[in-house]
Amino acid sequence: MSEKNCPAIEVKDLVAKYGERIILNHISFTVPQGEILTILGSSGCGKSTLLKHLTGLYTPLSGEILLHGKSIVHAAEEEKRLLMSSFGVAYQGGALFRSFTVEENVALPLEEYTLLSREEIRKKVKEKLKMVNLDGFQHLMPADLSGGMLKRCAFARAMALDPKLLFFDEPSAGLDPVSSASLDELILQIREKTGATIVIVTHELDSIFRISDRSIMLDAGTKKIIADGKPEDLRKNCANEEVRRFLNRGKL
Amino acid sequence: MAGEDQKKSFPEDFFISVGGMFYTLKEEIFSCIVFAGRVSSAVLDAFRHPGKIRKRELLYFMNLCGADGVPITFLICFLTGFILGYQCAVQMQKYGADAFLAGLVGCAMVRELSPLMVSIIATGRTGSAFAAEIGSMKVSEEVDALRTMGFMPERFLVVPKLFAMALMMPLLAIIGDIAGILGGAVIGITVLHQPLSAYYSQTVSWVRPGYFLESIIKTAVFGIIICFIGCWRGFRTGSDALAVGRSTTSSVVLSILFVIIADTILAHFFNNIFF
Repeated sequence: MSEKNCPAIEVKDLVAKYGERIILNHISFTVPQGEILTILGSSGCGKSTLLKHLTGLYTPLSGEILLHGKSIVHAAEEEKRLLMSSFGVAYQGGALFRSFTVEENVALPLEEYTLLSREEIRKKVKEKLKMVNLDGFQHLMPADLSGGMLKRCAFARAMALDPKLLFFDEPSAGLDPVSSASLDELILQIREKTGATIVIVTHELDSIFRISDRSIMLDAGTKKIIADGKPEDLRKNCANEEVRRFLNRGKL
Repeated sequence: MAGEDQKKSFPEDFFISVGGMFYTLKEEIFSCIVFAGRVSSAVLDAFRHPGKIRKRELLYFMNLCGADGVPITFLICFLTGFILGYQCAVQMQKYGADAFLAGLVGCAMVRELSPLMVSIIATGRTGSAFAAEIGSMKVSEEVDALRTMGFMPERFLVVPKLFAMALMMPLLAIIGDIAGILGGAVIGITVLHQPLSAYYSQTVSWVRPGYFLESIIKTAVFGIIICFIGCWRGFRTGSDALAVGRSTTSSVVLSILFVIIADTILAHFFNNIFF
């Protein structure tokens, strides 16, 4: 299969552990290109662990993870780094480098991976910051940004190299409803403009219904995927009561 | 009752905790070796592509562990020379060995005490700062972010610090050497009533230029050890805020331990092989 029409992510029979505990037990799923997938589940069900496996930070106990057809599990160190540079990740707390300004944070991947001149990099950073409505804040330090701005800056940094695959970890956690909603809009705009596949770990119901094409829900008990589908359908028709309860805010 | 229960579970508890201790030790040693490998590869990479070293960070850390440490290094080494001189002067005066004070203080400071004092100051000032910096970056997922950008975090977070320490520590040691000799001189002049010129010529005749080289080499090695351990403990930080405190503490304790061990080996090396 050529890289063009193979799925963005393929997870096959993944077994993952955190410390000594098995967290994910033989799970498989596929994410087609251009889809916005949300990974749901109650706290401690392994959402973040799954994300860390997808992004290559953790090595699974067994199973396979293919990103655009290339294995991140079995890649050698150098190959893995190359593969990692091909996707963008925005972390829960932003994870911006605190000793760098906003501009330097977004510029870092460009400086390291492209041969662009200083001026071209500055232009590109401006363009990315404009996309997340942060143009004009180039010279602020991360400590001077609000929670919402931090996350938007993290988005800009994740998109610096125009990746075809983006991972967002709890983008709207800890934000006020207005910032949270504008972040959802931003995610949809990003997909529209870049056509990127986006995987989001979240448990914000509003965001889930607003942005996701498809959701998978993990369960802490069975350590498996207990629901997979459009969130609206899952809310109404899912056979699993727990899934309906989750998507209906605890009410059935 | 509680006492009885504890007694009953004594043998199992004992073996479990001893086993656990060895397991932790094994894990730590392994992680240290892996970290050493990654740092070496990052350093080699930096030598091959010197243009890729981030100059701003290098200068920042050179300032942090070098220039910023000059006053405290000068003061502590001066006082060390002063104390050493004072204690020795009291004893030596009894035997009429006053004339040897300059040599004793000079050699002891330059060959041993100044590198050691500089390293202990650096452990407290910079080694712990490195551990805390990398540790808190780990907690806030910045290290993960570097990794998922496809970078080797060691290249960004360790290499500039390592170069800065290896370059600046010897300079601090030279300042410490001079400060220590001055501290001894104050005693020589005030307690033993030696003229400055006599103290100076005694110092010059005892302290060979090679001793300064010893001082420089020792502190460079200690600087690398302190930086390595500080960064390593930083990378080993767990994911909670308390973990940063723990890794800072362990970086200080381990750095002092390994500096002393290295000093023992180097003292033997310099006394038997070099001189």
